[in-house]
Amino acid sequence: MKNLIVHAKRLLAAALIAPALVFASAEGPQLDKAPLSKDPESLKRGATIFVTTCMACHSASFMRYNKLTEIGFTEDEIKEKLLPPDKKVGDLMTIAMRPQDAKKWFGGVAPPDLTLETRQRNSELGSGADWVYTYLRSFYRDPTRPTGWNNVIFPGAGMPHVFWELQGEQTAKITKNPDGTQSIELVLSKPGTMSPQEYDKMVADLVSFMQWMGEPIAEKRKSIGIWVMIYLAVFFALAYALKKAYWKDVH
Amino acid sequence: MTTKQGLLNWIDERFPLTSTIREHLTEYYAPKNFNFWYYFGSLALLVLVIQIVTGIFLVMHYKPDASLTQSGVPVAFASVEYIMREVPGGWFIRYMHSTGASAFFIVVYLHMFRGLLYGSYRTPRELVWIFGVLIFLALMAEAFMGYLLPWGQMSYWGAQVIINLFSAIPVIGPDLSTVIRGDFVVSDATLNRFFSLHVIAVPLVLLLLVAAHIIALHEVGSNNPDGIEIKKKKDANGRPLDGIPFHPYYTVKDIVGVAGFLIVFFAVLFFAPEGGGYFLEYNNFIPANPMVTPPHIAPVWYFTPFYSILRAVTYPLFGIDAKFWGVVAMGAAVIIIAFLPWLDRAPVKSIRYKGPIYKTALTIFVIAFLILGYLGVLPPTPARTLVSQICAVIYFAFFLLMPWYSKIDPCKPEPERVTWK
Repeated sequence: MKNLIVHAKRLLAAALIAPALVFASAEGPQLDKAPLSKDPESLKRGATIFVTTCMACHSASFMRYNKLTEIGFTEDEIKEKLLPPDKKVGDLMTIAMRPQDAKKWFGGVAPPDLTLETRQRNSELGSGADWVYTYLRSFYRDPTRPTGWNNVIFPGAGMPHVFWELQGEQTAKITKNPDGTQSIELVLSKPGTMSPQEYDKMVADLVSFMQWMGEPIAEKRKSIGIWVMIYLAVFFALAYALKKAYWKDVH
Repeated sequence: MTTKQGLLNWIDERFPLTSTIREHLTEYYAPKNFNFWYYFGSLALLVLVIQIVTGIFLVMHYKPDASLTQSGVPVAFASVEYIMREVPGGWFIRYMHSTGASAFFIVVYLHMFRGLLYGSYRTPRELVWIFGVLIFLALMAEAFMGYLLPWGQMSYWGAQVIINLFSAIPVIGPDLSTVIRGDFVVSDATLNRFFSLHVIAVPLVLLLLVAAHIIALHEVGSNNPDGIEIKKKKDANGRPLDGIPFHPYYTVKDIVGVAGFLIVFFAVLFFAPEGGGYFLEYNNFIPANPMVTPPHIAPVWYFTPFYSILRAVTYPLFGIDAKFWGVVAMGAAVIIIAFLPWLDRAPVKSIRYKGPIYKTALTIFVIAFLILGYLGVLPPTPARTLVSQICAVIYFAFFLLMPWYSKIDPCKPEPERVTWK
């Protein structure tokens, strides 16, 4: 009997410890929270950076230029500031570079379409917007890479630091932790034309736009949702009253 | 005779309209003591209708085509984004369908659990139960094939992994998996045949099975939380004393259930349509790429308990690959549910009058099932594999040991009439 109790205690202990072993998840690099904005001016600045800089290599092929009217541009503004000469305002935001050529030029991987970037980068570490926000601020000089740049949260990224003139150059101080992992600390070794605050703000605008672009209906969806909830609450109350009335004679 | 009555007579002489309505609604006597668990049958029917109606509209705009657009994105993937962005109300229809898929399994799992609680599978409802298990199987096939259609990374690689399992079957395996794919890898041919099966073949089977499930149920009558037969106590007119007409009593009651369900359903749809990455997996927003295997391929949540059982089998047997035995275990885990009517030997049906052994067994079974579901989402580690092996053994033990433990379980006597209020 005593043996049985000892056994049971051991089993219990194992049962308590097991979840920690089974469900422990791996530690990854930390993501900074993206300070997302819904301010149209911020979204418009982000859209301008996206079209003029990112779209040199990346398409947003599920978007049309005239969809940008939803964040406050007029069609004339789009034609004037954003539209390439060979495109019409109702066209998809594609790029001239063909994917098969891009593959050759960029060492095997074509720059991906960015329409859904913030939706696909969601993970347990943070939202997709957090990932993009951190990524664009985590480039550092690495002469061993063909582009001369590396990235803390995307080691071996194929993309060079496109905004280096704005942010300046960061270098990495890599320290080895006693547990075998390494931590990377970034130091701004050569300042750019923007202050770190200005640069973060610029990236925040861009990420806010990309977040909007990932699901343009998102805000409207939530605002419709509130009315649907109110409607259903009333419907539930009426249905319940109807049921009560019918069931009065069930004994 | 009024015109309305005249028309009705004209129809009734040619089609059993009035008698059908009587048989299945106004004079179908259901026990009056249904509780919360009895909402999920009608809710499953509701979700089926939602899936069919939204599906019809999705098919109008979706293109099952794996070729690439000018921007290098598969046409099928692009057509889903086209529905989300450019088809008026398309985002709503698509989210209804994707949320509906998960809702279907939630509702069906709860519906099946109700059966376990109150012994709804026992005599004379064996066929009702077997039709139900077949519906569950058809639903799994339907969901699996539907998941390929958006042609994202998880669609593609999930299908690749599952279809590859069939190649583990000795002798016919490799050819069989080629026949399923229509190609040597998952490709445009696979996408097209899955589209056809998803929108026509399986829904037809599903509808027939649902009809059979309901016809069989209405033949034998509904079980209830007390697990006693209301047909044993009838009044002078031959109506069950504890029965009430399905319409209007349960139609108005089920409307309350529908309202409650829709609140949850639309809360997810409007405020969290991705379901935290479980209803719409984040990796599925990346277009399918046959050249890049994702580091971790997780099936959608509703398959994970069975996927865990598959992965739990790690020993080769009789010179055949462990993968094959994993497939056998996964298949057996579903099929074994159909045998419940003959595994349960308890003298009572409902958990209310069953003894402590069944209550304990059911509790442990549910916990094991949930753990299996959770582990199926995660990449395997030796510790996780061990836990899933233990849970898989518990899963099968619940069924296989039932003839023994349900017999020795000290049960309480059943009441004469249903307990109510």
